[in-house]
Amino acid sequence: MLVKSNDLLLNVIRDDLGLMGTKYGCGTGECGACTVLVDEKPVLSCLTLAVTVDKKNITTIEGIGANGDLHPLQQAFVDTGAVQCGYCTPGMILSAKALLDRNPNPTEDEIKCAIKGNLCRCTGYVKIIESIQLAAKRMRGGK
Amino acid sequence: MNTRILLNEFEYFEPKTVSDAIALLAKNRGKAKLIAGGTDLLVEMKNGKIKPKCLVSIMKISNLNYIVTDKNKTRIGAGTTFQEIEESKLIRDRYPSFIEAVRSMGTAQVRCMATLSGNICNASPAAEAPVALLSLSAKVKISGIRGDRVVPLEEFFVGPGKTALLPDELLTEVQIPSPPKMAGCAFLKISRVVADVSKVNAAAMIERAGDKLKSCKIALGAVSPTPIRAKKAEEILKGKKFDEETIKAAARVASEEIKPITDIRSTAEYRKEVSRVLVEKVLRRAWERAGG
Repeated sequence: MLVKSNDLLLNVIRDDLGLMGTKYGCGTGECGACTVLVDEKPVLSCLTLAVTVDKKNITTIEGIGANGDLHPLQQAFVDTGAVQCGYCTPGMILSAKALLDRNPNPTEDEIKCAIKGNLCRCTGYVKIIESIQLAAKRMRGGK
Repeated sequence: MNTRILLNEFEYFEPKTVSDAIALLAKNRGKAKLIAGGTDLLVEMKNGKIKPKCLVSIMKISNLNYIVTDKNKTRIGAGTTFQEIEESKLIRDRYPSFIEAVRSMGTAQVRCMATLSGNICNASPAAEAPVALLSLSAKVKISGIRGDRVVPLEEFFVGPGKTALLPDELLTEVQIPSPPKMAGCAFLKISRVVADVSKVNAAAMIERAGDKLKSCKIALGAVSPTPIRAKKAEEILKGKKFDEETIKAAARVASEEIKPITDIRSTAEYRKEVSRVLVEKVLRRAWERAGG
């Protein structure tokens, strides 16, 4: 697809591709609601020029489940009750996925570090951290 | 201020070589800006602070993304992101204070996008990585129409947001000398919340000889118009025995060398007090790490 030099990836994802999971929060890189994975790395789509992701792999929240099932992280967030308004959730889950894909057994500190760039105004983060720990445990094969 | 879209219209270039980049900068003098990760630049464009008509990206320049060690120094290419630096075992082993500074900067997402070179060229007085690099005696390699030059990092910052780069120049490499044998380094940052610009940050590098400080480099950030070295404090410590009295005296001198301001993050008084405490702490930690 053709983009203008000043098109932002966030708006291409939402307006041109119709994928609404990725959210606009602050637009200045401080809230993380616009987080997507580019070549498996978490980045801020509100500060990414669309031209720069040519030929790269982009994963939005819509793309992390498999065979119609929720990704373990999504399931854990539901099971733990880590979703209130849900606005931070897509970005939060993608940051967590980037963490767990390279570090399947993170400490609590490592989890906090990984989600440092995702602000949540509802939950107080406790259940978010618990659900990431739960997802990590399930993904490692534990119960 | 509309941050949802980028209102500015501009030409966008992705040169494949440093000379192509220099040619573009020279041709578009006055209306071109270099862009790396874009995490500072695009925010400034969104809030209307700058309106470049032309952006020259460094991210597709070949062979600009590397971390290598040769003979007596480690060289980091301008295209290297903070995340790549964080993951480098080479950097973690040789320069722990630099890794501490990198980890304290931004967020996971920002570190995946932002480059060390962009951070240095943005020249924020509060930046973390430059402070660690100052204490490690880093230099920067610059390329322009007139050729290449290597400049000590402390000569690179000339004012808040201002560097020694000429309009047709770009920073291509950061060079850090190899750490001496009995050396230790440390970095600390104070901020309001975990993901925030520094209120104060400090770094120290100590070269130890027995129970004496053979040499010492102390740097501070967010307390002066640019990241600075506390040279008077360093003089006090040179050749001295490491003890609490000496450390406290040096830290007091360091807190008097700075020129802090009051802004939304902190007051000048707080910065003066806390810089004294941070300098003591990084000195103690660097000494410990030097085996003292």
